[in-house]
Amino acid sequence: MNRFAALLDRLAYEPRRLGKLALLETYFRDTPDPDRGWALAAMTGALNFKNAKAGLIRTLAAERTDPVLFALSYDFVGDLAETVSLMWPADSARANATLSLSDVVEGLQTTPKGELPGRVAAWLDRLDENGRWALLKLITGALRIGVSARLARTALARLGGREPDEIEDVWHADAPPYLKLFAWLEGRGPAPSANTSVRFYPPMLSHPIEPEALEDFDPAEFCAEWKWDGIRVQAAAGIDAYGQRAAHLFTRTGEDASDAFPDLVGAFDFEAVLDGELLIRREGRVQDFNTLQQRLNRKSATAKLMAEFPAFIRVYDLLALGKEDLRALPFAARREQLESFAAAHPFAPIDLSPLISFNTWDELAAARAKPADGGAGVDAEAVEGVMIKRRDAPYLAGRPKGYWFKWKRDPMAIDAVLMYAQRGSGKRSSYYSDYTFGVWSGDELTPVGKAYFGFTDEELAELDRFVRANTLNRFGPVREVTHTKAKGLVLEVAFEGLQRSRRHKSGLAMRFPRISRIRWDKPPRDADTLDTLEQLLQRGETAEG
Amino acid sequence: MQPAQILHPRPEGLYAPAADLYIDPTRPVARALITHGHSDHARAGHGAVLATKETLAIMGARCGPGFAGSTQALAYGEEITIGGVRFSLRPAGHVLGSAQALAECGGTRVAASGDYKRHPDPTCPPFEIMPCDVFITEATFALPVFTHPSADHEVMKLLDSVALFPERAHIVGAYALGKAQRVMATLRACGWDKPIYAHGALLAVTELYREFGVDLGDVRPVQDAPKSFYAGAIVLAPPSALQTPWVRRFPDPATCFASGWMRIRARARQRGVELPLVISDHADWPDLQRTILETGAGEIWITHGEADALAHWCAQQGLNAKALHLVGYGDEEAEGAAA
Ligand SMILES: [Zn+2]
Ligand SMILES: [Zn+2]
Repeated sequence: MNRFAALLDRLAYEPRRLGKLALLETYFRDTPDPDRGWALAAMTGALNFKNAKAGLIRTLAAERTDPVLFALSYDFVGDLAETVSLMWPADSARANATLSLSDVVEGLQTTPKGELPGRVAAWLDRLDENGRWALLKLITGALRIGVSARLARTALARLGGREPDEIEDVWHADAPPYLKLFAWLEGRGPAPSANTSVRFYPPMLSHPIEPEALEDFDPAEFCAEWKWDGIRVQAAAGIDAYGQRAAHLFTRTGEDASDAFPDLVGAFDFEAVLDGELLIRREGRVQDFNTLQQRLNRKSATAKLMAEFPAFIRVYDLLALGKEDLRALPFAARREQLESFAAAHPFAPIDLSPLISFNTWDELAAARAKPADGGAGVDAEAVEGVMIKRRDAPYLAGRPKGYWFKWKRDPMAIDAVLMYAQRGSGKRSSYYSDYTFGVWSGDELTPVGKAYFGFTDEELAELDRFVRANTLNRFGPVREVTHTKAKGLVLEVAFEGLQRSRRHKSGLAMRFPRISRIRWDKPPRDADTLDTLEQLLQRGETAEG
Repeated sequence: MQPAQILHPRPEGLYAPAADLYIDPTRPVARALITHGHSDHARAGHGAVLATKETLAIMGARCGPGFAGSTQALAYGEEITIGGVRFSLRPAGHVLGSAQALAECGGTRVAASGDYKRHPDPTCPPFEIMPCDVFITEATFALPVFTHPSADHEVMKLLDSVALFPERAHIVGAYALGKAQRVMATLRACGWDKPIYAHGALLAVTELYREFGVDLGDVRPVQDAPKSFYAGAIVLAPPSALQTPWVRRFPDPATCFASGWMRIRARARQRGVELPLVISDHADWPDLQRTILETGAGEIWITHGEADALAHWCAQQGLNAKALHLVGYGDEEAEGAAA
């Protein structure tokens, strides 16, 4: 447990990808089975203990600590596992006892519910502070050490002198603690492999959501992907119950649409069930729904039709792999497996619906506003919004609450003038990365909002240079930047909506503003006016009222 | 005599009416007793200032020679009677020159400890217990999650990292007065005999420590040099400098931060710290408890920090505790934190 705890601790503070890889590779090399396999499972979200959840930790904290002091401490620290690990009244002289990660994982899996609190408390007594933190993190499941399954697999590839894609191929064929996988990586056994089965799974559906409702959620707990304007399908292929090779295309209601898409089904070269969107691609671009409609309207699939409307499936979920039903896994874990799957099947008529990279809802709003720049590229026209999915969501039939959301909305944009810039925090702390911008109200600029993302790292460096070279005044971490009619910087600002606000000088507040473009070309005098915003606001009020 | 007649809180700070004297006043007053040189305790502009000679020297170095109308040095253990109240100072173990102030009158003893710690610090004399009726304590780290490891242990972590990444420069954020010199002295005690590089903002106080006989070895200012010059170097800087382009001059800088707050992961990560060093000049939770019990005081006044938790604990011990909620006292260990 000490070694695992030390690994987590170092990973948590190591910002460099190569540094993380080196730590992981060393750990996998120096740690025996099955500990390293359990560690791998823990870091990739593949462990889930039915009886050991956050509630158990609260129970223990209540038994061993003063409730007032616990509440004050938790409020200060903000993380349950960390609070308890720091204040657990343990005898440090007895710490560092020989408790292996396997003991802990197997104990968490097999101990009857009633005995678990006593068991965990006994472990906590035997561990030092770091060990306690690792144990409690294992139970809460949110390690937050910046290790993706992909990163873990890259480390495995380095361990075995293989390519990361080779790991993707075999990853799903073994289960924690991955004895076969490690044996293969160390040249002591064959590559893991598994059988498959074929069926339709009732699909999981989403709820519509408004941007303001997102603010209640922690973005780190969600993934996002494009909402494609096609039809929902399931692609299922493999060996059926009679030992025969089978392949089907199911609609979202479970009807077999295989006959209408022989071009697709005939090319299913996998043993899996995939969830995705059926789309038409021409000249390297995904077409809009109107084009797809033209193929759907024909009853029989002629060679001419198939050539004219070439179909494929953009996949976003993996429901079964081989004989294994994956639906109970968290979305993030299924997603990782889907990515492996897609990489391993380059010739299947599928491609992977990409995740949208974002750290904040603001960043997602920016991608939503400009899918072409947000990762959708030339396919942007087939995007009708974004899907937001909880990382820990199992795949549940129907429309369960609180897991999947669809966010369809059109953003607005204006040209504004940069007025003030403030130093950022964290990685950006040496850059001026938070920008206050204004629009014209007569001859004066009125600040209307603040944005701190939407630009690339290179653009940030340019903006930072601009700020430093055009500073008028300094107020602590804030710099006032030149902003006359002739001289200054125009920023195109996109946002999701406008509200009236008494707290703002302009009387307006923007929702999710972000820099969508830097208008180096545009003189400040050509930026928008407060009247423009007022009109947008009135339009919005009419529309929503 | 009632303790509150000897000393009680006012907006300006703790006030001794019989002596017309304030302890660590946050606004200019006629007569002040200053416990130590941190800027939230030692402000310029008072009429007469009473403090240890080290604290007076630190104030002079930080605020300029005219920081007070007049000054009087009081050595640890020496007594002075003002308006019938007998004042004396004892080491607080916080930084060089730091003192607790004892005010006695009519057999009642009130001890104002200023900021203090119990962990060993090679740069200042250790905290001394003063038996008293009322103990006035800070509560910066008064939560059970705060148990500071030994500074040696933390500095060894730094040295391990330097050995592991000989091509990188390790930049250690440390408050300019006290923390920086304690880290330097601890580095020496742990066997680091190469030069220690210091940001310009640390030099004056470091020089003062040296004048008072604290040996810190070869400390050099950071100078313009090719990046490779600082490979494997340990550089100390005020925490605020960690977030400026200043650090870009060093090869692949590894950001370290010496503060009691580094015990909380989120705080370390929020500041982009790669190597958190839990080194604090304030008493941790067990030491706050131990100190309160050792003074024998029946009444505990809490000046600033996590007063609720400490007051709760005191009540459980049957001690009379009250939070004074003194404003104006910050916490130098959080200096430079992002707003
Ligand atoms: Zn202090
Ligand atoms: Zn203080």
